[in-house]
This record gives sequence, C-alpha cells and structure tokens, in this order.
Amino acid sequence: MDIVWFDAYKPEHAPRVGGKCSSLGAMTAAGLPVPPGFAITTDAYTLSMERNDVGRKVHADLAGLDVNDLAALSAAAAAARRDIGDSGPAATVEAAVRAAYAELCARTGVADVPVAVRSSANAEDQPDASFAGQQDTYLWIRGADAVVNHVVRCWASLYTDRAIAYRHEQGYDHTDVAMSVAIQQMVMPKAAGVAFTLDPTNGDRSKVVIDAAFGLGETVVSGEVTPDNFVVDKVVFEIVKRTVSAKEVECVLDPIEDRVVHRALPLERSTEVCLSDAEIKAVARLARQAEKHFGRPQDIEWAVVDTLIDGDRGRSTSAGVTSTSTKGAAAGGPIVYLLQSRPETVWSNKPRPSVSQGVGSAMDGIVSTLLKPVAVKPAD
Amino acid sequence: MGDTRFASPFSISTPPGAEGWEELYGYHQLFSESRREYDESMFWFRDAIHLPSVMPPFDMSLVEYAFASLGSYNSRHYIVPPAMGIDIRVLNGWFYLAPVAVANPADIPARVEHFMQRAGHYFANWNAIEDEWIVKAKAVIAKLEALEFHPLPDMVDIEVVTGHAGRSNVYDLQHSYHDLVDTSLELWQLHFEMLNLGYAAYLDYFGFCKQVFPNIPDLSIAKMVAGIEVDLFRPDEELRRLARLAVSSGLGDTLCEGTVDQALAAVKGAAGGEAWLAEYGKAQYPWFNYSNGTGFYHTDAVWAERLDIPFSFMRGYIRQLQAGEEIDTPTEEVIAERDRVAGEYLDLLDGDDKANFEAKLGLSRTVFHYVENHNFYVEHWGISVMWRKMRELSNVFVKEGFWGDVDDIFMLKRDEIPTAISDMTFGWAAGVAPRGPSYWPAIVAKRRSIMAACQAWDAPPALGAPPEVVTEPFTIMLWGITSDSIQKWLGGLSSTGGLSGFAASPGIVEGVARVLTNADQVAELQDGEILVAPVTAPSWAPVFRRIAGTVTDSGGMMSHAAIVCREYGLPAVTGTAFATKSIKTGMRVRVDGDNGVVTILES
Repeated sequence: MDIVWFDAYKPEHAPRVGGKCSSLGAMTAAGLPVPPGFAITTDAYTLSMERNDVGRKVHADLAGLDVNDLAALSAAAAAARRDIGDSGPAATVEAAVRAAYAELCARTGVADVPVAVRSSANAEDQPDASFAGQQDTYLWIRGADAVVNHVVRCWASLYTDRAIAYRHEQGYDHTDVAMSVAIQQMVMPKAAGVAFTLDPTNGDRSKVVIDAAFGLGETVVSGEVTPDNFVVDKVVFEIVKRTVSAKEVECVLDPIEDRVVHRALPLERSTEVCLSDAEIKAVARLARQAEKHFGRPQDIEWAVVDTLIDGDRGRSTSAGVTSTSTKGAAAGGPIVYLLQSRPETVWSNKPRPSVSQGVGSAMDGIVSTLLKPVAVKPAD
Repeated sequence: MGDTRFASPFSISTPPGAEGWEELYGYHQLFSESRREYDESMFWFRDAIHLPSVMPPFDMSLVEYAFASLGSYNSRHYIVPPAMGIDIRVLNGWFYLAPVAVANPADIPARVEHFMQRAGHYFANWNAIEDEWIVKAKAVIAKLEALEFHPLPDMVDIEVVTGHAGRSNVYDLQHSYHDLVDTSLELWQLHFEMLNLGYAAYLDYFGFCKQVFPNIPDLSIAKMVAGIEVDLFRPDEELRRLARLAVSSGLGDTLCEGTVDQALAAVKGAAGGEAWLAEYGKAQYPWFNYSNGTGFYHTDAVWAERLDIPFSFMRGYIRQLQAGEEIDTPTEEVIAERDRVAGEYLDLLDGDDKANFEAKLGLSRTVFHYVENHNFYVEHWGISVMWRKMRELSNVFVKEGFWGDVDDIFMLKRDEIPTAISDMTFGWAAGVAPRGPSYWPAIVAKRRSIMAACQAWDAPPALGAPPEVVTEPFTIMLWGITSDSIQKWLGGLSSTGGLSGFAASPGIVEGVARVLTNADQVAELQDGEILVAPVTAPSWAPVFRRIAGTVTDSGGMMSHAAIVCREYGLPAVTGTAFATKSIKTGMRVRVDGDNGVVTILES
C-alpha cells in the first residue's frame, strides 16, 4: 500500500506512515480541522529503494564510513542523496502519488493545489524534527511534477550528514530505515505558531500557552522570530497574560514568484499583536480539543486564516476544508487549522508538581491562609 | 504617578456649607488630635459598597453597631490569628474603614491555638449551627415586628386602668425605643456570627486555587461556588411566580394598568382574581421586606412600603412573558457551567492537591448559603422592619409638632432620641408644651443642609498610607482591596486609560449606559441598557433579565453585586473605582465581563 489518505487513516496504518502522518490521520478522524492530504507510506519508499538497485548503491556509498571524518561523511552523504535523487520513485509509486495529488486537487477544487511536503519519521530510527532541520519540509509545492520531485528529496534527507551520524551512534543499520512523507494542502495564514496545553515554564496544566507570529508558523518553530506569547486558561478560555514581541520577519507566499519567502516586517507592523482576542481563544479551544481527544497534554502547530482561501491568492471558497473549519467560518468566528499535534514530553513525563504538603485539615488550611497576608502596597 | 500614599485626614478641610458636620456624629467616630498619631498611621478606605452616600446621624449610629459586631467576632470570639477588627471614622459626613492587624506578630501563634478550637467548632458543625441561626434570626425579627409606638392619647385607655398596668406612654415609648435599638444591635451581632468564618473559608479556597493554578481567573474560582439556592433571590422568584400566574389567569393586562391600588382593585373583581390576590398576599410576607438599596440608609426604599417598585418589576416580567420571552434565571446553565468548570479543574489535579481542592471547594459551597442568606435576614427583612418601626415612632413626634416630615427623626443621633422622647412625654404628662417643636426643626434643617454640602464634596477613596499587606479577610474578599485597586485610587481618574475592574460575571456586551446615583432610578432602565452605579443591590435583580450588563464603582468577586450577576447570567465588571465619574447616561459602552474591562465607544 503506497498511499493512505488522512481521512481514511486507521491505527493499523501507523507503522507504515510514521508519527506525523499517524497524528494527522488521527486528528482528521477525530473531526479536528486538519487540511486534507495523504501519506506516502514506508512501503513506497522501500519499493523505490529497490528500483535501480538504489538501496545497494547507497549501502556502497556508506560502506566503511568513519562518521567522525567530517569531510568523508559529507561526501558519502552527498553521494547517497544523489543516488536516491537520480533514481527517483518506483513506477507504481509515482503513478499512485500523481493520482492522489490529482484527487487532492479535485477534492479541494484548486488546480495544482499548493501542498506542504513533509517527512514523517518513525521516532525510533530518526532524530526528532528539530535535529533533522528544515530540509525535511517543503512548502508551497504546486503541480504533480514538483510534488514527486520533493517526495524524493524528502527520502534523500534520510541521508544528511547528521542523520547518518545519528543512526551510526544509535547503532541502527541504514537498511532499517524507512520514511513516510505527508502531502497536505497548504493554507496561507494570517498568523500561525505553536501551542502547549500546559504552561511549559512551570508545568501548570490549567493553561494553554501560545506562541504566534505573522504568516506561516515556520518562523516560530525554527526560532527565527521571537513570537507573541499568550497564556489562556483552558477551562474558561480567558486570556490571563499577553506578551507582544517584535516579530521582525514573516514567512509568506510571494504571489509573483508563487513561492514561500521570508520577508522583513516594518517596525510598526512587527510590534503589532498578531492575533485578536477571539483568535487567541479559538486557538486555545482547538488545542484543548486536541488534548481531550488524545487524553494527554499536547504540543500543537496551528494556523489562523482570514478566509477559507484557495491556492489562487484572494479567492475564497468553502471547498476542500473539513466541516469544523467551515462551521467556524460560517459562524463568523476565527478560522483555525490544526497542522500538527504530538504529545508534550517534558512535563508529562515528570511527576506533577504539587503545592500541598499533605492533605491538611480544613482548619490547618484556613489558618495558614489567614497567616499569609495579601500584599497590597503597590510597587513604587 | 509618584504618589504612594493618600492625604492625611488631618489635611482635609471642611467643605463650604458643611461647618459643624461633627455634631451629626459621635465624638468617638471623629478623627481627633488626641488620637492623631494612631489616626495617621492607619490606612482608611471609603466603604463604597455599603455606604455610597453621606451618613445621616441616626443611620450612622446603627452602622457603628454593625462594625462593632464584625470586629468582636474577629478579635474576641474566634481570635482570627493575624487580624483584629475594622476601625471606623466619619469625615465630612463620609464613612471610612481601616482594617486593624494584630500589633505584635509574636502574639499570633497563641492566637492560632484559640482560633483552631473556636473556629474549628463552627466549621465542624456548620450546617447545624446555621439551622439554629435561622431560628434565632427569625426570633429577633419577630421582636422587632412586635414593637409598638402609639400616638400620645388624651387619656390612657380604660383597660390600662382596670388592668392595673401601673405604667403609661411615658414608659412605653422610652422602653420600646430602647428595645428597638437593643434589638437592632442583637440583629447586627447575629449578622456576623458566622460571616467572618465564611469569608475566611472563601479566602482559603481562593488562595489555594491561585497557588495550584497560577493566574487562574478570579471568575473561574467564583463560578465554582455558584448556583446554590438562597433566600436572597426569593423575592425576585416570587415576582416571577406572580407574573406567570397573572398571565396564565388572563390577568396580565389588568395588572399592568393604572396605579398599584387601581390594578389591585381591578383584579379583585376579575375572574381568577381572588386566587391571584391570595398568592400575592403570601408573597409579601416576608419577601417584600426587601430593600432597594443596601439597607443601611433610611432613604432606601423597601418593597413593602413602595409597592410600585415590585409592581413595576412584575409588570416587566408580565410584558416579557406576553412577548414570549424567557424570564427564568439561567440556574440550570449556571449549575451546569459550575460543574463543568469544577470537574475540569479537578481533572487537572491529582494526589494531595486534588483532595485539598475538593475539600476547600466543598467548604466554600457550604458557607456560601449563609454568606448570601444572612444578608436577606438582616439587611433586608430585619432592617426593613426597624426602619418601619422608627417611622412609627417618628409619627408620634410629628403629631406632637416636633418636626414636620416622618424622616426628620433620622437627623437625630441614636442617643439624642431618648431625650427627645423625654421632652415629648414630659410635656404630655404635665400637660404643658414640650420644648421640642421650637428646638428640633431648626436643628433638623441645619443638619440636612450640612449633609447636602457634604454630599457634594468629592470624598477621596482613601486616606493615609496603604499598608504593605492586609490580613483581615473581609477587606480582601468583600471590599476587594488589592494593590490594583489602591493603584487605581492613587492614580486618580486621569491616569486610567480605560476603565477596568473585576471580571465579575462573564460575557461581552455593548449598549447605551444609564448611570444611576440612587436606587429609585432603577425604574428608569430601558431594555438592553448597561446599568452603571456605585454599587448594585440584590433587589435590583428583577431588571437583570432585561438589561445587557452592569458596571460598578466598587465590589469584589464575592460581593453580592458580583454573585447576583453571575447567578443571573448578566455580564458585569465591578470595582472600577471611576465608572460613575467617567460614564454619562447615553454613552455607548462595551462591557467585557470576561476580562474586567469597560470601554466608552462613543459619547
């Protein structure tokens, strides 16, 4: 099986589509507002590595490699990637990808629908996203040729210097490795970013903490921009803290070149808050929804769009978007998409911080509260 | 703004026309040179929640009883570890409070021991003690209701003679008045019997929530202690019940026409009218013993004496019903939201934190009933009866020519009245003219004009130096004294960009503002307007289903104003300090009850 559509995803597909796609599939199944798309399975990768004996060629490129010899590592990695790139996908795989992409264009009603092409790694045999870096993600890819091309480039990114060295350190064989690739309709957001369904500074589970910037969320994820930060109580959805930062850069679609570019923002714009209160609350609600669905604290990526925008700049359409988003738009509320959701790992794996010292009697509690006077003198 | 303290009370001058204001109050209620060092060391804030106007002399005498009672429970009954009572002063006719901390921290540990035992007894037996309390309160109110003040007769009734009573109106008036005063004190002593502890429980619960969920919105905390049925809302329920009965009996239009008397007369003759009137009679007692204000002023209208007030509310309900609108309070939604919110926060906790949270929330819900209800029994029912009886006494004076208006009696201090009664009854006894009619009217007139001059004065929100910390529970939970409120007061009106206060009840609404400076104006409110007032009274609740939101100058998260708005689902921002100064009737405003912000949209 080469293709698994997100909206056809079942848990048994998980080993063949990797973490990112599994998560996108699960979120879609949960009715969360995820842009439509499909996963290209590890089977497709494996099959493609058999074409032209590419797998064997790559093995040869890496034979006897000393990963500590940086020059050698670099050369071997480059060779491996070139071999993969030259060979390309298996014929059946390419046909399946083109057909799926055509179907996505039909479903969204957008010709040559812009997509994000992202590697979806199996966590055990891949370094995590931040380690692998951005070359695993290609934005605003349009047309079947470009899609196929970038899928192959994702596959090739299994053989970056770092990935090779990492696997060597972890004791994995390169033939153990396989990759899935996610192809997903891209939205061009007004603002985007990440959110945690707990406060990452102190583990407080009653909050959603949002980092946001103008344009695509890549600038937040990469750390290129200091984002606006909002802390929202996730039971009553009140914004309890707002920090507006100078967001010097935004990652947006250049309409003339039809590609994503990083663009500097003028000072007045960069210091404007990038989300309205209604949008902040909508993001928080979405994060909370994802958390409730998965049953544990989540780390999500989200995007807010002004209108249900199709790939051609400015025309709005209601086609190709899941019902939750349409509902939001129809209701006149902010339109928020969920792009990614994965378990939060830092605080969730620790014992919960406790403020109590034992379970006190009612009187003990009241006495100790009365003995904690409330500071009223305003700071000078 | 660099100010960190407010003016000294000794630097405040007397407003023009208010000279001699000190005569209206007790010598012990004034700032004085003999206590200057102490007076200047304390932080005094104006009680804008209960006493938003200048204090009439008699009314002030009763307020003193209230605060003496509050204090004694903190300092002498339960021995609240860090706090004593609340001191009071009057300045230029306005009432100021100062929380009193325990002077020597070394005394606190010993106080803790006593508090554990004494307060512990109450918390451990709370519900049973509250049941006893209701019985006691009703008994005290019954004593007040039984008081009689008769006009002085030409001769005593023959039964007084043949019954060998051995006394006359000379005794009866004096005795009844002293009874009235003493019973009022009894009522205030009861008022605080459990209240201080209730606020201490709230404080503990609020504090714990903020510890375990830093920056948790106050509104969340308050929402979890909501939807609990209390008598304080019963009068409004009765009006809705009567409105429904009127509409279902086809009497709706009849009841909406003419004056109260005309409407009642028309109903009497109509089909189903007797049945409705029977229900109306039942509703009046005790539920129409309901003040339109805080109950602290003789000028506060009481429903029983001003039937036009409950009638106009009821007529509003009738019209809403006839238009097919919902008049019920959103109790089910409030309860559903309460349980949802509590359930979600509880889910986020485990272990000891969870157990403690549940216990504290449970205790707050337990004490909520008394904390809200006592207000009905004391400030509404009991105090309404007291004012009624005072007016009965006053009418005796009016008949004897002591003064012209029944409310003139309230220009006398509590301890001046026995002498006036002596003067009056002596004249009656000796068959001579008492001095009162040529003595009191001028004094009454002078005092009224002094009060008017004081009322016009812009009383500062606070005096003296704010303390580093406040330990007294009421000051925090009820009056909402926080560094924010102090900062606002220090900054003054000009320093505030927009208006902000407590996010007391959720929802964001826009509408035309109507600024009320006295309770009688409640009837002027139009559908969809935003009510702006120094403080709102629970008895205004019947309009809450028609208006869009409220904004007040004062009141914390657990003030009656905030609680009523939450129960009624009405967006509210309380404690803004300057709402009635910044907003004028007719302005369009936005009230954000989620965030505690009020914005003037257009003038």
